[in-house]
Amino acid sequence: MIRISAPRALIAAAMLAAGTLAMAPAQAASTLVFCSEGSPEGFQPQFFSTGTTFDAASVPMFNRLVEFEIGTTNVIPALAEKWDIAPDGKAYTFHLRHGVKFHSNAVFTPTRDFNADDVLFSWNRMADANNPWHKVTAGQTFAYYEDMAMKDIVDHVEKIDPYTVKFVLKRPEAPFIADMAMDFASILSAEYFDSMMKKGTPNAADANPIGTGPWQFSGYQKDATIRYKAFDKHWKGRPKADNLVYSITKDATARFAKLKTGECHVMAFPKPADLEAMRKDPALEVLQKEGLNVGYIAFNTEKKPFDNKLVRQALNMATNKEEILKAVYQGNGQVAKNPIPPILWSYNNNVKDYPYDVAKAKALLAQAGYPNGFEVDLWYLPVTRPYNPDGKRMAEMIQADWEKVGVKAKLITYEWAEYRKRSKTGEQSVMMFGWSGDNGDPDNFFVPLLGCEAVKGGGNVARWCNKEFNDLVQKAAQTPKQADRAKLYEQAQVIAKEEAPWITVAHSIRFTPVRKEVKGFKMDATAHHYFKDVSVSGKGADQ
Amino acid sequence: MLGFILRRVSLVIPTFFGVTLLAFSLIHLIPGDPVETLSGERGMDPARRERLLHEFGLDRPLPVQYADYVWQVLHGDLGTSLTTHEPVMKEFLILFPATIELALCAMLLSVLVGLPAGVLAAVKRNSVADYAVMGVSLTGYSMPIFWWALLLILFFSVQLGWTPVSGRIAVEFDVPATTGFLLIDAIRSGEPGALRSALSHLILPSIALGTIPLAVIARMTRSSMLEVLREDYVRTARAKGVSRLRVIVVHALRNALIPVITVIGLQVGLLLSGAILTETIFSWPGVGNWLIHGVLSRDYPVVQGGILLVATIVITVNLVVDLLYGVVNPRIRHG
Repeated sequence: MIRISAPRALIAAAMLAAGTLAMAPAQAASTLVFCSEGSPEGFQPQFFSTGTTFDAASVPMFNRLVEFEIGTTNVIPALAEKWDIAPDGKAYTFHLRHGVKFHSNAVFTPTRDFNADDVLFSWNRMADANNPWHKVTAGQTFAYYEDMAMKDIVDHVEKIDPYTVKFVLKRPEAPFIADMAMDFASILSAEYFDSMMKKGTPNAADANPIGTGPWQFSGYQKDATIRYKAFDKHWKGRPKADNLVYSITKDATARFAKLKTGECHVMAFPKPADLEAMRKDPALEVLQKEGLNVGYIAFNTEKKPFDNKLVRQALNMATNKEEILKAVYQGNGQVAKNPIPPILWSYNNNVKDYPYDVAKAKALLAQAGYPNGFEVDLWYLPVTRPYNPDGKRMAEMIQADWEKVGVKAKLITYEWAEYRKRSKTGEQSVMMFGWSGDNGDPDNFFVPLLGCEAVKGGGNVARWCNKEFNDLVQKAAQTPKQADRAKLYEQAQVIAKEEAPWITVAHSIRFTPVRKEVKGFKMDATAHHYFKDVSVSGKGADQ
Repeated sequence: MLGFILRRVSLVIPTFFGVTLLAFSLIHLIPGDPVETLSGERGMDPARRERLLHEFGLDRPLPVQYADYVWQVLHGDLGTSLTTHEPVMKEFLILFPATIELALCAMLLSVLVGLPAGVLAAVKRNSVADYAVMGVSLTGYSMPIFWWALLLILFFSVQLGWTPVSGRIAVEFDVPATTGFLLIDAIRSGEPGALRSALSHLILPSIALGTIPLAVIARMTRSSMLEVLREDYVRTARAKGVSRLRVIVVHALRNALIPVITVIGLQVGLLLSGAILTETIFSWPGVGNWLIHGVLSRDYPVVQGGILLVATIVITVNLVVDLLYGVVNPRIRHG
């Protein structure tokens, strides 16, 4: 009789191996591990426009002349200690900080501190098509600079002295200061780029970042880990942790599992469905922050019947937003009554939202000439977005609501890229959409989403061009004082409510789960992750 | 033999063209384009959109784009990623060792477990062991990788804490990627604990990826063994008093292995396609993960180049298997 015990032996061996090869040894106490959601496209903040790339490049390694105070949209001094605005609003003079050091790496050690040359270099590289650095990396574009239409705003930059630079604008542009706090306006080292050019490896300067930020680049293993070391000479003081590691984990369930096992300390973008389990886990803390966003339903105001204001108002009244908030957002948000979220300055809290009132909605429809309602295609989001966790569910609820006033909505969607492409051509009648703010200036909501210019670019999917509204937001952009601007935006919100190009549905709340041993982590308003003042103790971590 | 080799190789050329055409057509059939992916919810001035399409070379007619692509490929140029602006070949070479390492481990696991399990099932035909092996392998074969992988993570990593959740090595080991094969790099680095950490990270992905091939191999081995065990020469060997172990291993298994080896060769394609899902879940920095991202961001050169490279490997492996089979079995050579 032959006993074949190989399978049993193998199983035993595998179990033994799993047991003995258990978790990795405890990590050094001062390594902070962040489970990020994706790989950066690169490390040069001027080239790219995704939040994932900014989180890995501009946030840890670079600074801007001005920056957003973490957790708010207030613009505070950074590489510029202060700034003056010309009385006509057409020039911004920045007084630069002294003694700011750049990082060094194996091929470059800076010989001088940050100064005006770095500002001029960083800006002119993007702005001037004839600049030798403009096209040094094949196929690169300065996407965000172009997105923000900077070439229409900034005429040129002057160096007044080594620590003073002046941005001369083509027109007064009050949001300019918030624009300068954005990632694309990160300051590069002119000396580093020159040195790489002299060495005959100009591309290396873009690939191996050198900045003034709290963390310096230590290494990148594609799609796996990004490593940073604390920069001892950072102008705001050394970061609390010694090392920072981004452990790239694209699957949200795996990110949560890693957070649970202690393989990472902070995780990006949790799945809404996991939040309950996270809150119950004694080792975790779920931080939350009002989102700088809005989810909305846009009526194509160029098409019948939505060219009629009464129809738009009626459907606003026919939509039960409170129920949507409960069912779709699971309470993690707030009903929106304005196009901008309440955390933005100039939010007009006096605006009265349309009540959920089926009878009144029916009356308005009858007044508009649609007593029996009508049929319409309602486009819904095919993907989860920060401002809308479940487009389909929301569409089904709206469909049921509108049915009560006789409006039969047929639900339609497309693949996400196709959805956006079609929306820009104005093919839609009613569509679900949303927006996450870039820079905390109200202009960044009103102009790209509801401005007349944005009809052409396709960002204004309601294709709503209201002269009175447009004049107000244009004027606000050219008004230097924030208090004066706020008044204009408040008026604009009244018009937007009355004219109802959208159903403003909700502002979602963002969440960041962290392990309890993490101290000092603050959620940012623009969804970046800052780790300079974060400390961590104990617990092993794997990449 | 030369004629046989030439016949086989000549079949490969149209296959390559087919793959380029298929990869090109499929990615262009998916709605959206890289420029659209760039702009997100933001509007884009139509003039700028046109300019970007022109810069990416996407404003030309599709046949021209395809011809241009094939011409580039024939010159050894797979193009540049539209998102990272790195050459596709460079990215592939960085990531491919991770995929190979995972696929080899998964294959090793499936052979080491699948073969003995299949033999056991055949020898103990209609016993509890047979039913158990066949039942488990059928379950393994039917299991969606995605779900199976998550289940493994939740049980072994989160519940029991035996294995790490994902990645290739613990973060405290900063092993320089000299060969790209982390097990080798970990040994070379001399860092104590690095190899152990790398091995522990390989366990779950290898199980997740190796399960289907394991099931296939076990079932194939069983049926092949059953056939061989009925042969006269096996009966003769037994009648001559050869020990049962010797009969099974030397007389039966050796002959039963021929179809099994072919099946193992065919699993290479399956492993590489399975790697796409496995790598995504286990954050394994290989080509599967990379291709998924390429598809999502409509990075045409990455998807086209990646598919072509992976297909090349699968075709080459199959060609080698075919040729080896021809060497082993003259009937095929002359067929």
